[in-house]
Amino acid sequence: MTPARALTWTSVGLLLLVCALAPSIFTAYWLSQILTKALWLGIAAVSLIFLSRYGGMISLAQVGLYAIAGFTMANLGTAFGGHHLGWNAWAAAGAGVAAATIFGLLFGAIASRSYGIYFLMITLALSVIVFYFFGQVTSLSGYGGIRDVATPDLVGNPITHPEGLYYVSLVASVLIFAGIRYVARTPFGLALQGIRDDPARMRALGYNVALHRTLAFGVGAFIAGIAGILSVWYQTQVSPGGVGIGQTINVLVIAVIGGLYWLEGAWIGALLFTVLDNYSRTWLPTAGAWLGPERFETLLGVVFLLIVLLSPGGLVGIWNGLRRRLVRVLGPPRGAQRDLGPEPAEGP
Amino acid sequence: MNQRDLRLPSRLLLALLAAAVLGWVAYKGAQNGAQFVTVSLNGITLAALYFVVAAGFTLIFGLMRVVNMAHGSLYLLAGYLAFTTQQSWFGVSSNLLFGHTVSVSSWIVPLVFATVVIGVVGVAMQQVLLRWNQGQDLRQALITIALSVILADQMLAHFGGIAQSIQQPTSWPNSVPVLGTHYGFFRLVIVVGAALVIGALLWAVIRRTRFGMIIRAGVDDRAMVSALGINVQVVFAGAFLIGALLAGFGGVLGGTMIAVQPGADAKFLLNSLIVVIIGGMGSLGGAAIGSLALGLVNAYADVYLTFGSTDLTNYSILLTFILVVVMLAVRPLGLFGRPA
Repeated sequence: MTPARALTWTSVGLLLLVCALAPSIFTAYWLSQILTKALWLGIAAVSLIFLSRYGGMISLAQVGLYAIAGFTMANLGTAFGGHHLGWNAWAAAGAGVAAATIFGLLFGAIASRSYGIYFLMITLALSVIVFYFFGQVTSLSGYGGIRDVATPDLVGNPITHPEGLYYVSLVASVLIFAGIRYVARTPFGLALQGIRDDPARMRALGYNVALHRTLAFGVGAFIAGIAGILSVWYQTQVSPGGVGIGQTINVLVIAVIGGLYWLEGAWIGALLFTVLDNYSRTWLPTAGAWLGPERFETLLGVVFLLIVLLSPGGLVGIWNGLRRRLVRVLGPPRGAQRDLGPEPAEGP
Repeated sequence: MNQRDLRLPSRLLLALLAAAVLGWVAYKGAQNGAQFVTVSLNGITLAALYFVVAAGFTLIFGLMRVVNMAHGSLYLLAGYLAFTTQQSWFGVSSNLLFGHTVSVSSWIVPLVFATVVIGVVGVAMQQVLLRWNQGQDLRQALITIALSVILADQMLAHFGGIAQSIQQPTSWPNSVPVLGTHYGFFRLVIVVGAALVIGALLWAVIRRTRFGMIIRAGVDDRAMVSALGINVQVVFAGAFLIGALLAGFGGVLGGTMIAVQPGADAKFLLNSLIVVIIGGMGSLGGAAIGSLALGLVNAYADVYLTFGSTDLTNYSILLTFILVVVMLAVRPLGLFGRPA
């Protein structure tokens, strides 16, 4: 093992250790309001990043898909409002993820022949249609939301015992992260990356481009579905207002802050987002009606705008830029050149 | 499977679907003629409003490949500006007392003011934030999304969350007789009239003037136009100005016809997206057909989605979804869309 690799593994181990011990390190408030929320928001964002990094597809449908998972679970399980069919919490959650995956395959089939900015627009339209659907169909959305959704025993009550949901979200995050890295190395993942780089050539080689993109979208929807389940357990409720265009943009902002092309960035972006969300309300100065504790969205928009204008690679992009500059100053390190992932896509 | 093998059955299926929809509308319409006229006019007037807004969206995209995600925000901002100026400059109250009059100028002046301000805001946006990112379409879309987040929050802060309405002049009649029933004068005459005039003007400008010729050439080959010595940046700014003016004009029409309220920005962004997904990006004729399709589907679905005693009008959004799905399945680039 080279020293660089050893260093990487040591830091990964340390990070996991800190994560595992987090309930005894941080206060319950931090654990629940910042860390757990960052974990499930990170999963939602990584479903977007997975598609953009390996498939070249910027999808804005992820929140629509996680809404489908959340509402399916809330209607099948035990809750106040909706159909509350009283299924076992795990079975309801599984059905929710399955529903998100099925709709993901459907949405993917619809959008898979479109590329770039068209893909972005079509997926945004699909996500907003899902939002309006749940807003209109009150028998499924329980007249303004379904409350008191039951969680499995392993999770317990997320308000009185936040550790349960924290560990479940942590395990889910680690598994999803590892799972994506694994999928990327399978023949399917490699073909997907080939399609990202040159769809015409892959088609000429005999690959079914639309099918690969549709399946990738299904995988993304599966991940988004898990985020949807966790978000409902976290909030113990699901409502159309929470899965609207605002949340769609929040997840996009998290992915962009994290860097759109780096899986790790999803959780880094989500952590920054939740910290901003929590603390900006106390330190944001008031300036007439323009700025104040209630103007978190304005702050978020400005941060988003600055990131997009100054560093399209997000925080990870800034870090990599610094590292490249450092390498230029200090000379290349010994050992193989490390892959820094694809450059941020600059349009055609 | 070959794409071509799929074409015939899918077309047959589509024709059947279209026939079923038309048959259902005809059946429902025959039951109640007056209602049919009203519902159809609802659809057409909505379509007229969608067209005004979406024409600006598609124009900007067609020439510059910029998807202006803040288009809905410009629309809503125009509504608020007109509403505020109507109140503060002309003392028009939002809850009209009986006998209170609203002069024609107290509607026209806010309309012109709001439209011009939005035009300026649009050009400023393009010059300051988008111009130096030319060609990076994803980055430009993200920039406009960031702007839409900021604008939505600021509008909430400054204008509140309550739905308001811009008052139309009281000297205008409330309704006009059409085909044995009555229909709102503003919606039918002003909104549809404005859409027709704007459509004709845009068509004339794009087809008959030198500026339009440059725009059409720019849509096809920007580099070549630039190489011929035409200042493309000026043309871009001009196109963005027109696009923003249309969003602003549509915002005042919509604010009078429907309401100015938070959420209208997302709604009209979605409408514009669907219109151009159906009609094809950058095509004026496509925007007209897409608006008509969306407006009519919305209007009919809101009323005619009842089967016997089963009321499915709650599910009307699904028809919009089906409209988008069918269009993308048949033509991924929309009716008149061409590959970038």
